[in-house]
Amino acid sequence: MAKTTTELLCVLSGFGGQGVLFAGKVLANCGLIDGRHVSWMPSYGPEMRGGTANCSVSLSVEPIGSPFITRPTAVIAMNQPSVEKFGPTIVPGGVCVIDTTLAMKADEIEMAEGVTRCMFPATKIAEDEGLKGLANIICLGKLWAETGFCEHDVLTAAIEKCVPPKKKHLLEPNLRAIELGINL
Amino acid sequence: MAENARVLMKGNEVLAEAAMRAGCRFFFGYPITPQTELAAYMAKKLPLIGGTFLQAESEIAAINMVYGAAAAGARVMTSSSSPGVSLKGEGVSYMAGADVPGVIVNVERGGPGLGGIQPSQSDYFQATRALGHGDFYMPVLAPSTVQEMADLIYLAFDLADQYRTPAMILADGMIGQMMEPVELPPERDASALPEKPWATTGTKMQREHNVVNSLYLSPEKLEDTNRERFARYAEIRETQQRQELMMCDDAEIVVVAFGAASRIARTAVRDARAKGIKAGLLRPITLWPYPTKAIDQVIENGAKQFLSVELNMGQMVEDVRLAANGRADVSFYGRTGGVLPTPEEVLEQIEKLAAGEAPNASARATVMGSVLPQPIDRKSSYERGE
Repeated sequence: MAKTTTELLCVLSGFGGQGVLFAGKVLANCGLIDGRHVSWMPSYGPEMRGGTANCSVSLSVEPIGSPFITRPTAVIAMNQPSVEKFGPTIVPGGVCVIDTTLAMKADEIEMAEGVTRCMFPATKIAEDEGLKGLANIICLGKLWAETGFCEHDVLTAAIEKCVPPKKKHLLEPNLRAIELGINL
Repeated sequence: MAENARVLMKGNEVLAEAAMRAGCRFFFGYPITPQTELAAYMAKKLPLIGGTFLQAESEIAAINMVYGAAAAGARVMTSSSSPGVSLKGEGVSYMAGADVPGVIVNVERGGPGLGGIQPSQSDYFQATRALGHGDFYMPVLAPSTVQEMADLIYLAFDLADQYRTPAMILADGMIGQMMEPVELPPERDASALPEKPWATTGTKMQREHNVVNSLYLSPEKLEDTNRERFARYAEIRETQQRQELMMCDDAEIVVVAFGAASRIARTAVRDARAKGIKAGLLRPITLWPYPTKAIDQVIENGAKQFLSVELNMGQMVEDVRLAANGRADVSFYGRTGGVLPTPEEVLEQIEKLAAGEAPNASARATVMGSVLPQPIDRKSSYERGE
């Protein structure tokens, strides 16, 4: 069941094309709708050109200093390099949501005490459920279930806001994906 | 749910959107990371409102197109990142010499040379001192949030028109790339923009020809022209200094930082206060004119020490020192090359100052990846008591 938290410092990371920037945008919009301070900072270096892309999303009641997150309270890692890079940086008691379809050795990575690892093959589940390409949103749903970073109606509203009008047919699958993630 | 007029946008896109709302109808540029989203946004949107977007063959061509459009009275801008801004230097000098308004955006990256593409503030000297040859300055505005990207580019167009000068937005890769909530400014009424009777708009057989030029072969005439321009600069210095002061009423240690560095410094100053240190933050919003009156004010309030925190090897610190003029100690802490300091690093420097120790520059040695010579002691031998 969702718990309301005041601050979320989340790094979302994966291969380019897995939708981590989009999932981060949904997360940032939750904070916007909530009237909280929000920042969304993408990686824009050579890593996004064929390698691992990531973004840092901060939701806070206080103004946000640096938008780059060095000690996240939560991580969504959608491939093995992302678990290796960001898993060890999570604060004690934080959350790590891992797509094990592409992060097969996530178990081997050491993390701080009390970090909850939520491991499931999100990409495979998405394909099985006819939600190809929405593993990112499934992972976001799981993160919401673990941390309750906003109210449920805010989450839904954020998804509605982020799916562009031109791609309206993708709204229903996105909403289905988030519920799937929440109920995993 | 508390929905309001705020939207979530990237800093670079906000610069473009707010510029259009400020009446900008011409954009000339050339792509470069990390500012390209600005040009991309302009390419998409400017033609829809009757404006002209043109990707020039080079930065030099772009700035000269800006010069031309400005001479014809248009609200016009260009944008680039550090290496590209160097190329624009000549054109900006010509604009200053011809007294035409225009806005130049620099979303800084690491340098010198091609440098890197991560956030930096290493073009401070270039922006505030010597963007081109000749005796000139221009207003330089430094946003620290995406909201300020909107507010300050809006202001930049007005300052440029009011004082007939190029004006610069000095941002960096962090503020350019990040998304934050922003409330966009209203659309300017095009008919209410300042008149430009000097512009080359065609005589319609009603007046003498207007000439826009920076060439004055008579030394006396050139001196007069420069003196007139400096009278305008004096007015800008007097009336346009802008800054934000945080916790400065009783601060003994004042951290001075702008743009991206000020976001990190803000966290460090709050943390220092939580530890009982009387720290404050002075955030220059105008880098030229430098907010010297604010420096005066915090010294009057009891500031004993300034710590300039920058994303470079120490540039603005010289303006802090000039403004403090011996009335307070001035030291520097910075990271460069696209490396950002953590709030903890800055806090450590504040704590050292509070304990009466000299701040160290070991982090700079880490940046260089090798042993540095002794940190530069910017105090004179007299100040050190030698």
